[in-house]
Amino acid sequence: MIIVKRYLIEIMDLKQLYQDIILDHGKSPRNFGKCVGYNSEAKGYNPLCGDLVQVYLKLNDKKKVEDLTFEGSGCAISMASASIMTDLVKGKSCEVVKKIINAFLKMIKNSSEMKSDDLDNDQITKIMSLSGVKQFPMRIKCATLSWHTLISAMEGKKEEVNTEVID
Amino acid sequence: MNIENIKSQFPIFSQKINGKPLVYLDSSNSSQKPISVINRLNDFYKNEFSNIGRSIHSLAVNATNKFEETRMSVKNFINAKSIDEIIFTKNATESMNLVATTFGQQNIVKGDEILVTELEHHSNYVPWHFLRERKGAIIKFAPINEDGDIITDELKKLITSKTKIVAVTHLSNVTGTIVPIKEIVEIAHKKNVPVLVDGCQAIPHIKVDVTDLNCDFYAFSGHKVYGPTGVGVLYAKKKWLEKLPPYIGGGAMISEVKKGKIVYASPPEKYESGTMSTAEVIAFKESIKFMESIGMDNLIKHEDKIKNYALEKLRKINSVKIIGNPKNKAGVIAFTIQGIHPHDIATILDDDGVAIRAGHHCCQILHEKLNLTATARASIGVYNNKDDIDMLCKAIDNCKKIFD
Ligand SMILES: Cc1ncc(COP(=O)(O)O)c(C=O)c1O
Repeated sequence: MIIVKRYLIEIMDLKQLYQDIILDHGKSPRNFGKCVGYNSEAKGYNPLCGDLVQVYLKLNDKKKVEDLTFEGSGCAISMASASIMTDLVKGKSCEVVKKIINAFLKMIKNSSEMKSDDLDNDQITKIMSLSGVKQFPMRIKCATLSWHTLISAMEGKKEEVNTEVID
Repeated sequence: MNIENIKSQFPIFSQKINGKPLVYLDSSNSSQKPISVINRLNDFYKNEFSNIGRSIHSLAVNATNKFEETRMSVKNFINAKSIDEIIFTKNATESMNLVATTFGQQNIVKGDEILVTELEHHSNYVPWHFLRERKGAIIKFAPINEDGDIITDELKKLITSKTKIVAVTHLSNVTGTIVPIKEIVEIAHKKNVPVLVDGCQAIPHIKVDVTDLNCDFYAFSGHKVYGPTGVGVLYAKKKWLEKLPPYIGGGAMISEVKKGKIVYASPPEKYESGTMSTAEVIAFKESIKFMESIGMDNLIKHEDKIKNYALEKLRKINSVKIIGNPKNKAGVIAFTIQGIHPHDIATILDDDGVAIRAGHHCCQILHEKLNLTATARASIGVYNNKDDIDMLCKAIDNCKKIFD
């Protein structure tokens, strides 16, 4: 009898995808809503799942993130990912945030580690809780949506981020 | 044929998914294939392959004859009047684009109205949108009620002197609504408006008689009726095929080509240009044979039994909500679970070997109407049994446990 492996990669435990951190952030997202005094916003849409994320970014004159919140609706992965992201970047400069985002996108797509000098261990652990999606290629876009949307907000882009177009 | 043992005709069910037996509840998306269809494809490629209609060697003559045999089978299966009314395309989407493009080119001008419904799949909306963009046509939507039934009185009112065509699904791929096509055709024809029917979901699940329905166009895909991919059918009344302009130009659709003048072939060839999905169309005959060997009455009885069992069991699960409660519902069951997004449901169910679909199922208009962004959908095929439904419910329980 043939065993069909999920998308031809190792079968993994569902528990690695739906870790407690994800379920927790998915159910009660942090930084949800519009922050006071935001000066940039961007919208992201994942047509495959219908995940919708809107980020509200408040940058000070030195291009540092003073506040970052989000609104939206979608699966547990997309909501948890947005929630975890908004928790990590406050107080950091746009340049550093972009570095973190790139490290995250690299990790989610093809690396087993997340390297960043700009995050503490606890923050890395939180990010790594999302690494389970690697084994579920159909769900990677759910995890990356809010991060792409944040780039868009930092760059002041007008058009909606669409995962069918960017990934 | 014993319908309870029908799974054994489908090789895919001898495999395991994630170490578990496959519970396939995604037949509305595409159905699995019986061994007879797979063998026919294999056989044709191995022993009989040739292109059709062009050469006069023995292989070509055989392939052409076999290709035409499928056309005859399709004609009989849907009770068309003539084989010339059956056109092969690559899928239902192409069939509907063919009608929208050729009909639109000839009959639609700025301000003309096209009537679709809120149940439509994107493939029966986007091609009409092209005419809105290119010709300034107006698209109107016949509304549905809370149960997911088209409100035929409203539909009737929306047909005006400007309406040029009505395009409507026979069976919703979300709510499972079986639409009263015959009644809608009568309403439209009274006002001299032709009707295109999207029969994608109806063909595998209910009896379709295009002569009785009296519709002008009927589109469906082979891959949803236990057939190969790459086979679409467009039934169209002969008068339309003769009158409408051709769709794709090239070889096979012409009878005479001169530098200054081209004469088109007669239908159906007029609409079948370029090399067709030859092997797939030929193998599609086996799908129809498969359906006929079961018999539509038996098939409907069996699928009804499984559907009723599924509805009864799902309704008993706390927090599961079934979308739509139409008067006549086929085995297409869209649902939501409170607090769990459909995509999380689909991923977790897959871990239990249960294949369903999650998303808007190419029906964003319908989801918007129902105030939903996505639903999970379990859809029944002839091979499903009560064990499959039990497994679905068990997997839903597991899903709820993870999120509790
Ligand atoms: C109601 C309906 N119409 C049209 C289609 C499109 O079929 P295809 O992708 O085979 O062209 C589908 C398939 O999902 C459908 O369910």
